Amino acid sequence: MIGRLGKAWLWAGYAFLYIPIVTLVVFSFNDSNLLSVWGGVSLRWYYALVADEQIQSAVWISLKIAFLSASAAIILGTLAAFAISRYRRFAGRTTFLAHINAPLVVPEVITGLSLLLFFVACENLFGGASLRGLLSIWIGHTSICTAYATVVIQARLSEVDRSVEEAAMDLGCRPFQVFYLIILPAITQSLASAWLLTFTISLDDVVSTQFLMMPGTTTLPVLIFARARLGLDPMINAVATITVILVGTGVAVASLLLVRQERLRAEAQAAAYREAVLAAKAG
Amino acid sequence: MPSAASAVSAPVGSSGGALARLRHINWGRKAVIGIPFAFLVLFFSLPFLVVLKISVSEADGVQFKDLVDFADGTLTLRLKLANYQFLATDPLYLKTYVSSVAYAAGNALICLFIGYPFAYFMTRARPTLRPILVMLVSLPFWTSYLLRIYAWKGLLDDNGVINNVLLWAHVIDAPLKMMYTAFSMMIGMVYTYLPFMILPLYGTLVKADPRLLEAAGDLGTTPWKAFWLITVPLSKAGIIAGTMLVFIPSVGEYVIPELLGGPQTLMIARVLWNEYFQNVDWPMASAVAVIMVVLILLPLVLLNRYQNVEGRAQGDAKRPGGAAA
Repeated sequence: MIGRLGKAWLWAGYAFLYIPIVTLVVFSFNDSNLLSVWGGVSLRWYYALVADEQIQSAVWISLKIAFLSASAAIILGTLAAFAISRYRRFAGRTTFLAHINAPLVVPEVITGLSLLLFFVACENLFGGASLRGLLSIWIGHTSICTAYATVVIQARLSEVDRSVEEAAMDLGCRPFQVFYLIILPAITQSLASAWLLTFTISLDDVVSTQFLMMPGTTTLPVLIFARARLGLDPMINAVATITVILVGTGVAVASLLLVRQERLRAEAQAAAYREAVLAAKAG
Repeated sequence: MPSAASAVSAPVGSSGGALARLRHINWGRKAVIGIPFAFLVLFFSLPFLVVLKISVSEADGVQFKDLVDFADGTLTLRLKLANYQFLATDPLYLKTYVSSVAYAAGNALICLFIGYPFAYFMTRARPTLRPILVMLVSLPFWTSYLLRIYAWKGLLDDNGVINNVLLWAHVIDAPLKMMYTAFSMMIGMVYTYLPFMILPLYGTLVKADPRLLEAAGDLGTTPWKAFWLITVPLSKAGIIAGTMLVFIPSVGEYVIPELLGGPQTLMIARVLWNEYFQNVDWPMASAVAVIMVVLILLPLVLLNRYQNVEGRAQGDAKRPGGAAA
């Protein structure tokens, strides 16, 4: 069906996508100061990593910011997705949509620069303490992440059957109860994937962070970027290998859970169907 | 305040309760729309207006002079357009805009040439295999993009893996100069954006009805002709989506040209970065930012208009058919 050319094309494509990742991992175990020359297997770069306090503090800051940004983004994203899919008409809907989608389109150098100049203007206007640092990075990441979270959540929300919500409203549920009892359980999975996606986006962000950070708040990507600019650094390979292992395990566990959940749901559905058929026969 | 009002009116009676509920709905609705809207206006649009303002203001140390001045009973508006004048006439800047758009367009084209057959062959694989193939395309997204670009540095370096392998195999006698050229930058761009092309293409191609191709075959069309007459037009939406998803972020790409490109590979985001971080010229950096936004919004507006026209044409085409049926 697929042909020899097709197979070759797919293999070549996947090789192109995965060879860089594989070389990163392989060369993290290289016992040589030169990244590209093989000098035997060793864990020296992992030991160096454990000893590097700069990297450790950067990891900690990055995780903190990613956690806060992803959490804020899914709250704002849920609200925005709800507004887009449930309120078909309201004043300023077009502007609202433009605002939600704009961070996906506008380059990060611009998001970073404009938010930075905004914070500087605020500092000049109101005086007082500097707003730059963790707070400004968090706000910058949140506005980028909200756009992605909205896309993911809205895709799910538009699939949720509205008649159930309407039934609940007719039976006297308050809007918040409808949201809490019906919509939230239906979109939980998309909230989880939106959170994970925005967490990785924030964890990976270097450009806007570079604009918004202060010397004390260097994140991991900013540190990696600074070192990668100077040249090849095997410690970066060690960091990469660790993230690849974490992501690999995470994806494997998530897909196993998903498969299990699907199976359980299918079983529950089959059982409910059998019961309904039995009841119909008995009736 | 609103919650207090509804709390007061709630115990009045059933009609009062209903009114309170209505008011509650309205306030809930306002909050749902208002909170994300306010956040993005405050931290996305307003900052851009600041950039717009600074791009036309006179620098006064680290402060900027107000655009509007009210003195001696006269209102004066002071716009400094020198930055834009410079950006429009300086050959280096002009060259940079052109080359940013050219690199981005080249990237989109290469991604389309590699990605279209790739997505097409994915849809031809066994149905049980397809979800795994899709997952394998999107999996690299989850690992750091910075690290994946860095990986190409190790591969393409003068002393890198590819050169070493080629030297060892006696294909070449001296290392090829690949790093810090347009070639290495384009490799990094294609590598990063290829999944953005493949996934929407796959999404439209997998939906195409195979019976159409069978029918074409039965009617004597060659497979190659059927591909161009049926498969390609059916996947137009995917081609447009993929091209936009690759082109737009590539225009403003900074990390890839910085890590893999050389001094010759001019990209507009790098210019902005240097104006800000090296020259500390905020008004100039702001003016570059404004022009970048225009550069990126233009194709989007054109696409939007094209899609509107297309949609209207389709609506017109459908109407008579609908009337006949």
